[in-house]
Amino acid sequence: MCDIQRRDPRQEWIARNRLHPRHLEVLADLGGQAGGGAAREWMGPHGLIRRNPHGAGFIGPNGVKRIDRSGGQQGQGASGARASTAASKPRVDIEVPAFLVAVVPDMAGGRLTGHDRDLLGLARQLADADPTARGAVLAVVFGEHKEDDFAGAGVDRLLHLAEIDGFAPEACLGALVAAEQAWTPRHWLLPDSKLGGADLGRRLAARLGERPATAVWQLDADGEAPLGWRCTARGAAGTLDFQRPLPRLVLALAECAEPVSETRHAAEPLALSVALPSQLARIEDLGQVAVDPAGVALSEAEFILSAGNGVRDWDAFHHAAEVLGATEGASRVAVDDGFMARDRQVGATGTWVTARVYVAVGISGAIQHLQGIQTCDKVVAINMDPGCDMIKRADLAVIGDSARVLEALVALVEQSREEKRNAA
Amino acid sequence: MQPDTHHEGSLAVTVLVSVGRHPLTGRGRRADQDARGVELARTLRGAEVELLHAGRLDEGSEAALRGYLGMGFDALSLLEQPAGADVLPALAEALEAAGPQLVVAGERAEQGEGSGLLPYLLAERLGWPLVSGLAAVEDVEHGVATLLQALPRGQRRRLRVRLPAIVTVDAAAPAPRQSAYGPARRGRLDVQAAPVMDDVDLAQWPAQPARKRPKRLKIVKAASARDRFKAAAAKAEGGGGQVLSDVTPEEGAEAIFKLLKEEGVLR
Repeated sequence: MCDIQRRDPRQEWIARNRLHPRHLEVLADLGGQAGGGAAREWMGPHGLIRRNPHGAGFIGPNGVKRIDRSGGQQGQGASGARASTAASKPRVDIEVPAFLVAVVPDMAGGRLTGHDRDLLGLARQLADADPTARGAVLAVVFGEHKEDDFAGAGVDRLLHLAEIDGFAPEACLGALVAAEQAWTPRHWLLPDSKLGGADLGRRLAARLGERPATAVWQLDADGEAPLGWRCTARGAAGTLDFQRPLPRLVLALAECAEPVSETRHAAEPLALSVALPSQLARIEDLGQVAVDPAGVALSEAEFILSAGNGVRDWDAFHHAAEVLGATEGASRVAVDDGFMARDRQVGATGTWVTARVYVAVGISGAIQHLQGIQTCDKVVAINMDPGCDMIKRADLAVIGDSARVLEALVALVEQSREEKRNAA
Repeated sequence: MQPDTHHEGSLAVTVLVSVGRHPLTGRGRRADQDARGVELARTLRGAEVELLHAGRLDEGSEAALRGYLGMGFDALSLLEQPAGADVLPALAEALEAAGPQLVVAGERAEQGEGSGLLPYLLAERLGWPLVSGLAAVEDVEHGVATLLQALPRGQRRRLRVRLPAIVTVDAAAPAPRQSAYGPARRGRLDVQAAPVMDDVDLAQWPAQPARKRPKRLKIVKAASARDRFKAAAAKAEGGGGQVLSDVTPEEGAEAIFKLLKEEGVLR
């Protein structure tokens, strides 16, 4: 083919004439030829580049045209852009690590908690201190998990022991001792948390005969210490700070370090070469006990069903909370009107809740209320008004009559329980 | 607890008690978790409860230890230890000699290092199982105890453990009863000699009153000014939430049910 650019003067004329009926079609056509996709620039009749400033930008969610000059966003929403930034983080591969830093995250609910991420950040700090001899971070995970971002959290090697499930501290300890014998990590890091890390870490310390540093919240480089680090640890019920050289085994508090955010790591699966020793479990797990949800303090409840001004049938609401096994909460309006007790109020003037799942029934979402539920993971809203703030905050919103939705939900839950009972 | 006074069906329980420290005044007191442990042991049916303390006996600690006696005890065994000693060998020997079925301790001390490691070291040394963070002991029979362990968020887990065992008690256990003044004055402190081992490491570590921890700043790592501005001006929004409008209540309920199932909050 020849390289001569063929011009179509008629098409160019149409492209210049905004009132021409085929104007947009031709613009798109010219843009497509240029390879840009958007018809914003084309060659003019005298060889000049012509720009169409109206072609810039995109129509935003509220029907208003938005122009984004950062080049980050392309109209379709932030999800694609976010995925591309995640992929564009520099990837760090440590092929032959000089040493290992082992981390045993809590994995509450099958995902890395904020505390776990802080701990992985601390592990990276220890591993990357010497750029000539970098260590690798080994994460030891027990049971099934739902986490898909070990790489982004800073894990180089992943030892996943799916066969140890439930509360089995002796089996976990056996696996950790096997890992210690196999790789002898330079450091063991565990979260000093009630979720299990504090217990397992102390068991490991007693078994290995190491004196651990507990409740560590700060780490500084120190050339005189045996391992090159010095730490600050809380003691005496949080009233004293001990300055001490960093030992091999560390139980660290939340926010001990910044989580990894700028790099991606390999998260390469590892396996133990030896089979885990089978041992007689002296502690038998009989499972979680159903606790009375009304007795759980609102600030630490895991699952809250909260009512607001939109609720009319209060008996049905209380029944729903009972069937779902949820702790009851309320917005300020419901409390002021006398439908709920004052200690059930959620929000800036009531209780700041930390629930994993928060179901807001008939709550429009005053800013004070939204502040109170800031740390909730999943928010479900049932509301009549599709424009309210709670719907914008919610991960799942159902527009409809709250009483009927709750009724249907209760029926579903009861039905599934019935099926389970029949199957058993 | 004298071994010869044992009768059938009784349960020998030893509670390890320590001298606490009031968080505001700094005075000696019953350690909160240990007092909860004593309360837990006191409410066990058919239990013979023995109190054991390893430490110094001076004016401050005596008042605190008598606080435990005021919960309804005649005597408390005290293993004499100097300040800054490692109490592990003394306690381990005393427990080996007495041979209780159940040892109850608080989760961590309110003075000293307070690492919470002592029960674990004792369990490792004696070869007994250990259960931490107990809320209640439900039942003890045929050498097997059924325990209720406290989990975060007010949840409970039921465990069965073979005795002898060590259990630790945290703030979820029932609140201790008030200490009665008369029995506290009348109770005996049985001072016993015990092996002493100095804690060399702890003496080397400088300790200072706890500093307030720095609050973590919200750092926005964004390449462009627009992203930084957006992060600074952002409202608390979930973003990307699914909105179901024009659905029947059944369909809406179905979607909510699915989410609750995925999150595992339905039992």
